[in-house]
Amino acid sequence: MEPFKKIQSIATPLDKVNVDTDQIVPKQFLKLIQRTGFGQYLFYDWRFEKGGIPRKDFVLNDPAYKNSRILLARDNFGCGSSREHAVWALDDYGFKVIISTSFADIFYNNCFKNGILPIHVSDETLEKLFLTQSEIEVDLENQSIKVGDTSISFQIEPHWKKILLEGLDDIAMTLLHEDQIVNYERSHKI
Amino acid sequence: MSKTLFEKIWDSHVVTEENGRSLLYVDRHLVHEVTSPQAFDGLRLNSRKVRRTDLTFATMDHNVPTSDRSLPIIDQTSSTQIKALEKNCKEFGITLFDINSPNQGIVHVIGPELGITLPGTTIVCGDSHTSTHGAFGSLAFGIGTSDVEHVLATQCIMMEKPKTFEINIKGKRKNPHAVTAKDIILSIIKKIGTAGGTGTVIEYRGDTISELTMEQRMTICNMSIEAGARAGLIAPDEKTYQYLRGKKYAPENYDEYVNLWRENLKTDSGAQFDKSFTFSAENIAPQVSWGTNPAMTTDVTDTVPFPEEYGKGNPEEEKGAAKALQYMDLKPGIAITDILIDRVFIGSCTNSRLEDLTEAAKVVKGKKISAKVRAMVVPGSQLVKKNAEQLGLDKIFKDAGFEWRESGCSMCLGMNPDILAAGERCASTSNRNFEGRQGTGGRTHLVSPVMAAAAAIHGHFVDVREMDLN
Repeated sequence: MEPFKKIQSIATPLDKVNVDTDQIVPKQFLKLIQRTGFGQYLFYDWRFEKGGIPRKDFVLNDPAYKNSRILLARDNFGCGSSREHAVWALDDYGFKVIISTSFADIFYNNCFKNGILPIHVSDETLEKLFLTQSEIEVDLENQSIKVGDTSISFQIEPHWKKILLEGLDDIAMTLLHEDQIVNYERSHKI
Repeated sequence: MSKTLFEKIWDSHVVTEENGRSLLYVDRHLVHEVTSPQAFDGLRLNSRKVRRTDLTFATMDHNVPTSDRSLPIIDQTSSTQIKALEKNCKEFGITLFDINSPNQGIVHVIGPELGITLPGTTIVCGDSHTSTHGAFGSLAFGIGTSDVEHVLATQCIMMEKPKTFEINIKGKRKNPHAVTAKDIILSIIKKIGTAGGTGTVIEYRGDTISELTMEQRMTICNMSIEAGARAGLIAPDEKTYQYLRGKKYAPENYDEYVNLWRENLKTDSGAQFDKSFTFSAENIAPQVSWGTNPAMTTDVTDTVPFPEEYGKGNPEEEKGAAKALQYMDLKPGIAITDILIDRVFIGSCTNSRLEDLTEAAKVVKGKKISAKVRAMVVPGSQLVKKNAEQLGLDKIFKDAGFEWRESGCSMCLGMNPDILAAGERCASTSNRNFEGRQGTGGRTHLVSPVMAAAAAIHGHFVDVREMDLN
């Protein structure tokens, strides 16, 4: 995994609560057997009319957000299916940061496994970000979101921070505990 | 110190702890074709093996056709995914119940029916409805593909300890054939919301739960994820031990295990939960969802709500409800029983077991489905299908005009050819009414098997309490 760097970008506001992973990547695109190439299917049914024509009223099709790397979302983002394809699609499309008031558990976990930073903020901060037209800066090292001259700090578990900043392989990290796993297996039977 | 059931299972599976997170040992890993190919690729890329092939079981369920199994699979991408699972299981030495196996079925149906699911164990699967297995007192989580790879390689999962959430369900339902486990769990989700359980493991308790059969308990635990919970849990009892006795993969010295389970697998009196909710099942009605998430649900006797009524002062929820009504093409104020349907789907990991089919068949017996409706029954597994056929249920459904299909996830998520056309409206026994879930532009109403069966007959929703179901 690539180490997470500072991100400076305009933020794409997705103004909807309870966005489920079926919307993030619809089921007809889950049949690929690789991790890459899902960006074209991101929010497919919201982004495109029949025949693949972009819907003008969907925020991702607004040229102002073309190179955006930060997604603003509302409560309970990523609920429903555990499909990691949702995160692969966001990543492949170019989003590296998702800011919301809350995330669904499995989705939240899947983000870190793919180098995407999900940030929890308060209602007040989210509203402020939704109104921001200019670029914002997300600095994981210092746990801050910079909007103009103001800096908003955010919380993140040290474990995830380390994994993102160093781009670590968590399987290799777990395998450092091989002796403990073997010991556990010796005493545990079912 | 008093502990909850969850804490007991969790504590007995911690291999080590680091930075406030636990490395948890996984007793059973269930694998299916959609969320595993990238995980196996990851193993190959890093020259890693599957650590415990004896604890890993695979089946193909999500995109398998439910039509004639002797025919080739037409959809090339589905076929590729199915072949990839066959190849991966062979290469890594994993037991696979393939498309022709008598044990094939929806992963959450076959786990319990084969005795792979056992009380007090930890189970993971790359599928959010893994919570189903909690009905047996096993701690069962849905995980993403990266974690599937992690578990294949290490037989462990690194997790932060979830919080505990007690949902106490009390009271006797007046008509348990008409007001089902599905109605209980939909009523609860309606109250606590789709994020009400986020970050928690729910333990369902109370006299209503004790009275439920194992299959009904599975329906309850299955939909825990629709309330946002990591897992649902029900303490095992004699019904649990009886259900699993003699199952293919249940341990040989079964009674020794039962003795241990009886002693250990319960929440101690005085144990504290982080969160608590009490719910009375006594007066609940059959439920029908009207919107695009499972909390957007109401009584069959009710009307489609106005967005402001649903939002209760929360502008975001109100906006969400307005969008949902637009997608569902429903006008606020109309009676639920006036909603006409085009399709009926009886199936999915929520409601495709023998008891679901038996109850639905009671409604259907001797009747014909509405000429305007296309209806299908998709048994959860080959074993369910076989048992149902022995009882003659297939004949009851077919005589009424239902299609009787092969087992799989089918129209719950529409990854195989069983999908809704745009604009079609379906009474479905599945678990998610998300936009496009059953087919792009399709409209899903979540209901119980008896409600779905009755809707098939009448062409619209009816209150099954008015029918004789005993």
